[in-house]
Parts: sequence; structure tokens; C-alpha cells
Amino acid sequence: MTHPFAALDIDAQPMPGAMPCWRASVVPTDLRPLAEKARARQARLVALWASDETPRGAGYALHVAFALREGLLWISAPLERAHPRYSSIADLFPAALRMQRAAYDLMGVHAQDSPDHRKWLRHGAWPGGQFPLRKDFDAGARFEPGEDRYAFVRVEGEGVHEIPVGPVHAGTIEPGHFRFTIVGEKVLRLEERLGYKHKGIEKRFEGLGALEAARLAGRVSGDSTVAYAWAYAMALEAAAEVAVPARASSLRGIALELERVTNHLGDLGYLGNDVALSFGFFQFWRLKEELLRLNRELFGHRYLMDYVVPGGVAGDLPPPSLERLLKALEALEREVGTLKTVYDEHAGAQDRFIMTGQVTPELAAALGLAGLAGRASGQAHDLRADHPIAPYLGVDVRVASHIRGDVAARVSMRFEELAESFRLVRALAAGLPAGELRVPVVPPADARRGCGWVEGWRGEVLVALEAGAEGGLHRVHVHDPSWQNWPLLERAVLDNIVPDFPLINKSFNLSYSGHDL
Amino acid sequence: MYRILKQIAKTGIVTERPVEPDESLRLLAQRLEAVVLRHFGRSLSVRHVDAGSCNGCELEIHACNSPHYNLERLGIRFVASPRHADLLLVTGPVSRNMETALRRTYDATPEPKLVVAIGDCGCTGGIFGASYASCGAVSRVIPVDVAVPGCPPPPAAIIQGMLTAVSGASARRSPGASR
Repeated sequence: MTHPFAALDIDAQPMPGAMPCWRASVVPTDLRPLAEKARARQARLVALWASDETPRGAGYALHVAFALREGLLWISAPLERAHPRYSSIADLFPAALRMQRAAYDLMGVHAQDSPDHRKWLRHGAWPGGQFPLRKDFDAGARFEPGEDRYAFVRVEGEGVHEIPVGPVHAGTIEPGHFRFTIVGEKVLRLEERLGYKHKGIEKRFEGLGALEAARLAGRVSGDSTVAYAWAYAMALEAAAEVAVPARASSLRGIALELERVTNHLGDLGYLGNDVALSFGFFQFWRLKEELLRLNRELFGHRYLMDYVVPGGVAGDLPPPSLERLLKALEALEREVGTLKTVYDEHAGAQDRFIMTGQVTPELAAALGLAGLAGRASGQAHDLRADHPIAPYLGVDVRVASHIRGDVAARVSMRFEELAESFRLVRALAAGLPAGELRVPVVPPADARRGCGWVEGWRGEVLVALEAGAEGGLHRVHVHDPSWQNWPLLERAVLDNIVPDFPLINKSFNLSYSGHDL
Repeated sequence: MYRILKQIAKTGIVTERPVEPDESLRLLAQRLEAVVLRHFGRSLSVRHVDAGSCNGCELEIHACNSPHYNLERLGIRFVASPRHADLLLVTGPVSRNMETALRRTYDATPEPKLVVAIGDCGCTGGIFGASYASCGAVSRVIPVDVAVPGCPPPPAAIIQGMLTAVSGASARRSPGASR
């Protein structure tokens, strides 16, 4: 049998768990050559993070997760204790740049030859030279708030001016800062400054028991609570080598598709609103509200928080509930069909959507655009289809994709994914296996690892978990696809007019909380 | 256009009866008066500040504007600047990176002003607690009039929280109206 990663010249070991994941250790000097080979094989960078191994008598470690045809490859490189450093891979995988900066801010591991050493998640809450994710850093430490003094890139020239926006925005939006450089009405440059919502989630994980931390995982990004709760449960179940009952896994699938549906409905409403089609807002939000209320009745929570739990799910969908759900979705599908015709035929809306905020497939591939926005720009990756596991094995997920990469494509993606999610819920419900809802999970032994990798509505969510002593957690890294996509938003707005920014931003609808952690 | 009109006619009015203020939500004890909203001329301008939430509370704040709740009919509308606001609707926990921005937003809001903290995290810091990166509850950073628990609190509870804050403010500011 040929080794799955023979072309990368590494000896990777399969990890236990639901998704196909492998792990390999390399010396730091081999990390960059490995990244070069991975790039040559069209690998995608999923995440980059660091861990503190000093309590175990080692130094620090850098971790990189690549997505390859075979599955997820989790690479770890030990870094020396005195001067933890490694060679930057941001020239090969541009999405790595902000992750490398964040890894420095939180763990003090240095990316050599990086084009950008500015801080990223650190503002003024803790001083430079202090690294919150190091084990000797007290989670409850409180520092005098300092000035941020972030060095924005300045653009100068005739007629050039700046518009700073945020962190507190004009609408009900999460906080972040956008620095627009404008000529006339056109955007010459956009620079994002994120990290305002950094609330110490990864440090918090390390203070919780492996089982109770599931609630925290479900609150990394509230709009993706099912995706995160499932990814965390999958990682923990992998580390504990627990298999989830078939019924629970199908119910998780239904919950994940319902999360996709509610988010897409909300976004389609706002995308209508942002082009002055307030009819669309009210119609889609009426539909969304009706589904949220049904969620509340059937699952006990409008957004399905804490429904996915380690070992299974928290509640059943007995046949009468299932019937109600399917009936409601049937009516919903009809209404969405009507609204799609309205959107498609509305000249004013289409005029604003088409060719606005474009990301070409070439740029998307080069910079690693992920998830729904990636699929709108020709990057047809979807974990549900690329690596189908239960409950997606028998239902054959059809991946929608476009190559225009504009707001219109991202609108179309949502309509098409709604239709597919309706089909998937029907298929999962029809084949819903009998059996248990939940099996007990014993917290994994110290140093056991597991990966959770789930296609949320926004894109792929990763949870990389390493268990600690006495049922605790040594390190949990949670990764949102927004990391990949925020830099692309800076590119998508170029040469567009400032008033189109809210529309373009909404068409991506990226998470701040999932990024800032 | 025909399709739009047909859909509007078919949908009808889905807006429901508004909720009543709930005294149990009040942090600063004030008597509920019949002069609810009088002092705001039946119009309340709200500035939302996300000070570090997981964005779950934002989903429900958005839902307040959906046709079932139709917030604007109550004279409550969201405004784009704290300088136009009577009430700050703050979700938490307050991250330390947002602490200054929240204080500045509060300072920029003209008196008289009200603050409603939204969600378990806004009330207590929730599952994130207080840490090197989180101040915890909103009341640890700015004065809070009413705190609405829930993870996230549903739209009716958020609207109720705002009405409770306003009715209390009316009572505070109109001694002549108290019996």
C-alpha cells in the first residue's frame, strides 16, 4: 500500500475519529519545504497555531493544518524554548500571515522572514512581551490598558483621503475597524484591523473540563453554534475514541442544515435590504423567524445552542416532530422559490449585485478563499462532499459553485444551498436510523489528540484538541473560515464605490467573534 | 412588481402584540408609571454596541426588526451614532479590547441616557467570565439600568428590557407624575 502522503516525504499517522485526519511531526527546518510541496499539490491551508509544551519539559510547538485530497494533515514542529521561531510560510499560503501574527501575539513564537510583524489580536489589553497562551501566563492577569498605536499603511497622493470606520459601527454589526483610502468615490485601499472581540476563548478552554467546554465551543461564533459544537464534539470523541450512534449523527446533520438555512435566510433578507429592496428583508426575516420558533419547539433553542453534545445530541426528533419539520420546510421552500423569482427579476437589485465586490477564481485560489464565498469564486470545496462521513455518506451532497465571484454569485450560492439543505434534511429524515441519542464520553487521557472538521454554513470549521491531565484540556485551537476570507474582503472592495461596501461585506458575512477569539 | 404586491397581500400582517415592561428585570429599583415613554415623546433612539459578544445576541437584536416584532411601530429605532441615542443596547462580555470604545460611546451619548445590557454575558460575563481579555459584565465598565439575561435572550425579552428601562426613566424624571 502506498503511503497517502508519500509525495510530501513525511510519515503521517492516521488519527482516530470520524473525519480522515493524519498527524506528523517535523523538525522546524522541514516545515517550509513541506509547505512548498503541499502548495505544489494544491493543498489548502486550514489553520496555523502554536502551543506551549514547556510543562512537559519541551519548548513550544507550531501546528499547521493542511487540507489535501486524502483529508486533513496536522503537522507539528517543536520549537526551542529560548527562542521559539520558524520560517514564515505566508509567501506560500497568504492566509497564514495573520495567523502567524496571532500566534506571536498569543504564544510568542516568531515567524522569520515574514513581510509583516505587526501585532494582530493584541491591542492594548496586555503588553508586548506577555503571551497569554503560555502556561505561565495567569488567565486572570489584569494590565493597565495601554494605547493600541497600530501602524496602518498610509496612502498618499493627490485627492487621496481616508475614511476610518469602527470599531463601533452604524448598524447592528460586530466591532472591527476598517480604514478606507478613497479617491473620489472609489476605494483605493481597505485595511482591516480586527481583534476587538478577543475575549480569551482559547485560554478559557484550558480552565474547563473537557466535557463542560462543549458549551464554550458552541459560543465561539453564535451564528455557527451547531458547526462549532459538532466540531468540538467530533474532536473530543476522536481523542476519547468514542463512536457516535447513527441516529445522533443524522440528527446532527439535520441541525447543521437548519443552521445553514436560518443564516442564509437572514443574509438574503439583508442583501435585499442593502439594495433598498426592503420587501426582501421583511419577507426573509418573517420566514427566518418562523423557522426559529419551530427550532425552539422541536430542539428547545432558537439557534440550536447546546443541541450537539459530546457523545451525541441532547434531544430526539420523534416522528410527529419530524413530520412538522418537514411540512414547515416544504412551505418554506415554496416561499423561497417565490422570493428567488422576485430577486432574479428585480432589475434594481441585480444591477447592484452583478459585478460588485468581485473576487476572481484566480485570486481566490491564490489567497485561499474558503467556504461559501470560495465556492462563489470557483473554489468548489465542501467537506460534506469532499470527505463524506455519516450522516452525509448516503445522501450525496451536491456542491453549488460559481465563477463570477461577485455579490450576485454569493446571493445565488445562498439560494442554491437553501434548496440543497431542504433536500438534505428530507433525505436525512427519511433515512433516520433508530437507536440511541447519546453515548457516554469519558474525558480522554492526557496528551490524546483529536480533530473536528465540519462544513458550517460559512465554511469549514476546525477544532484541534489536545487533552490535558485529569480530564482537562492542554490546548484547544478553534478556527473559523473567516480567517481565510477577511483578507479577501480587502481585495473585493477595490475599485468599488464606498456605498457598496456594506453590500459587499454582507455578501461575505464573516465572523468577528470566531476570528478574534 | 406584480409578484411583490401579490406576496405582500398574501403575507398580510404578521406583527404581534407588543410585550409589557417587566419590573423583575430592573437593576435600579424604580416604580413603573403610567407615563411610559412620555418623556421620550413615544420615540426612543437606540444605539447598539457589541462589546465582545459571540454574535448570538446580535442575531436576536436583528430579529427585533423583523415583521413579527416590528420594533419601529413602538417608536423604537436603531440609530447610527451614539450622539443620536437615548439608549445604549450593549452585548457582552466587554472585551478589554473594546473597553475604551464602549466608554467613549457611553460618553458620546447625550444625557439623559439609558443602558440595557443584553444576554448572560452582558449580565455577568457568562461562560467567558472575566480574564486577561474580558472585563466580564457590562456593568463593570459603564452604569447599567436594566440587564436582560438569556443565551441569547429572545427578541421579546430584548424589547421588554428596553421598555422596562424607558418606563423607569419616565418615572425617575417626572416626580409630578408619581402618585
